[in-house]
Amino acid sequence: MDGFFDAGFGLFLLILAECLLVTVLILVALAFLMYADRKIWAAVQIRRGPNVVGPWGLLQSFADFLKYIVKEVVVPSGADKAVYFLAPMISFVLPVIVWAVIPWAPGWVISDMNVGILFIFAISSLHVYAIITGGWASNSKYPFLGALRSAAQMISYEVSLGLIIVGVLVSAGSLNLSRIVEAQAGDWGLFSWFWLPHLPMVFLFFFSSLAETNRPPFDLPEAESELVAGYQVEHSSTPFLLFMIGELMSVVFMCALISVLFFGGWLSPIPGLPDGVFWMVAKMAFFFFLFAMVKAIVPRYRYDQLMRIGWKVFLPLSLGWVALVGLFAQYGLFWGAYQRWIVGG
Amino acid sequence: MAIPLDKAARYFLLTDFFAGFWLGMRYFFRPKPTLNYPHEKGPLSPRFRGEHALRRYPSGEERCIACKLCEAICPAQAITIDAEPREDGSRRTTRYDIDMTKCIYCGFCQEACPVDAIVEGPNFEFATESREELFYDKAKLLANGDRWEAEIARNLELDAPYR
Repeated sequence: MDGFFDAGFGLFLLILAECLLVTVLILVALAFLMYADRKIWAAVQIRRGPNVVGPWGLLQSFADFLKYIVKEVVVPSGADKAVYFLAPMISFVLPVIVWAVIPWAPGWVISDMNVGILFIFAISSLHVYAIITGGWASNSKYPFLGALRSAAQMISYEVSLGLIIVGVLVSAGSLNLSRIVEAQAGDWGLFSWFWLPHLPMVFLFFFSSLAETNRPPFDLPEAESELVAGYQVEHSSTPFLLFMIGELMSVVFMCALISVLFFGGWLSPIPGLPDGVFWMVAKMAFFFFLFAMVKAIVPRYRYDQLMRIGWKVFLPLSLGWVALVGLFAQYGLFWGAYQRWIVGG
Repeated sequence: MAIPLDKAARYFLLTDFFAGFWLGMRYFFRPKPTLNYPHEKGPLSPRFRGEHALRRYPSGEERCIACKLCEAICPAQAITIDAEPREDGSRRTTRYDIDMTKCIYCGFCQEACPVDAIVEGPNFEFATESREELFYDKAKLLANGDRWEAEIARNLELDAPYR
């Protein structure tokens, strides 16, 4: 048996098992995150939220899941059937794929690739296709308008997300997510992570990821009062469920990404405490809480405001920050806070 | 051109966002006013106008004397009454129907009744699965009266000083 899992069929089995483990765990976690999202939202509005199915309503998401599965799939007669059904599948599969490069703990990563960040951006750029094909294939006006809005929004904010990340990459000296986390290890616990030297960018990243994942206050693609539900109006039952899971999964993924890039991934915030996967999970839970709170407290933006912020505020700020970080890193300013790469490492 | 510095500072320091977040967190920990409805119920006024009932005297004799005032006043014309003298010579209804799908719960029937026979009780949970079940007849109304008599009598007594 020794070495069976190192190559060939054994390695294939091992990777398959890892993929299944991560996917299943995330999907189960997602059910409870959906519940948490609704509970937090309800609490801010002084409501109780779901509390009937299971103890404290914990099984609500599973009840919803069953409901979506057994409902009838209604397909508009003018829809392009193949594309209509393909769109939700793309929307579901893409956010699952990106989890392959997220490091949970030292070595706990399905694919420890050296271009992890680029992989993430390649995949999340494809997410636009799911939305625009979903809206177009419905052959209906509101979904199409929603899809156009969504595509424009996601593309705009991907630009600033990319630039924001460049600053971190310059500091870490690597595109590999595990290396980025390791570069944040230091003697001062949470103060040696990248959030401190890159503080303004943490906020920009957070807001950009809200826009990127179509979350409130940037949920213009599905602005209920104007577009009913945007690109997913004509999708019902399981296709709608896939859209919804995909959307929530990319939110959770953004939580993971912000934890890895700015908040030290699996590193312990207090020097002396052991590092481990639980820190990663705790940080993701914290950011998910923030995502849910923002949904509860911030009113929706107007479309022109959204575009203005994306192109006239976020883009120049992040571009300027990249130049600054480059300068700081090159000359080792600020006690080398921006210069964490290990040359030849 | 003067640059509005304080406005810009507020914008870039996200003061609105943090103030909103703080307010949200304060609301987050507030006690919830929501009732767990089927398990918890809100208070009802004695004047609450719910499901109808026909009452009886303590002797068991039905109160309704078939004066048809309720039928006359009913703005939705939901009440239908037929009457003829009983064997002992007293005037009683042979038919007393209320179409609960027409009823607007105005309470005029209760106000019109000279003998407090037709009343709107405190019950508001009488949803049914079919329309037909909402066409109440005399037997159903008398059964309601027997079932809710304690509550109805208490509510009438509480409201009496204001009449």
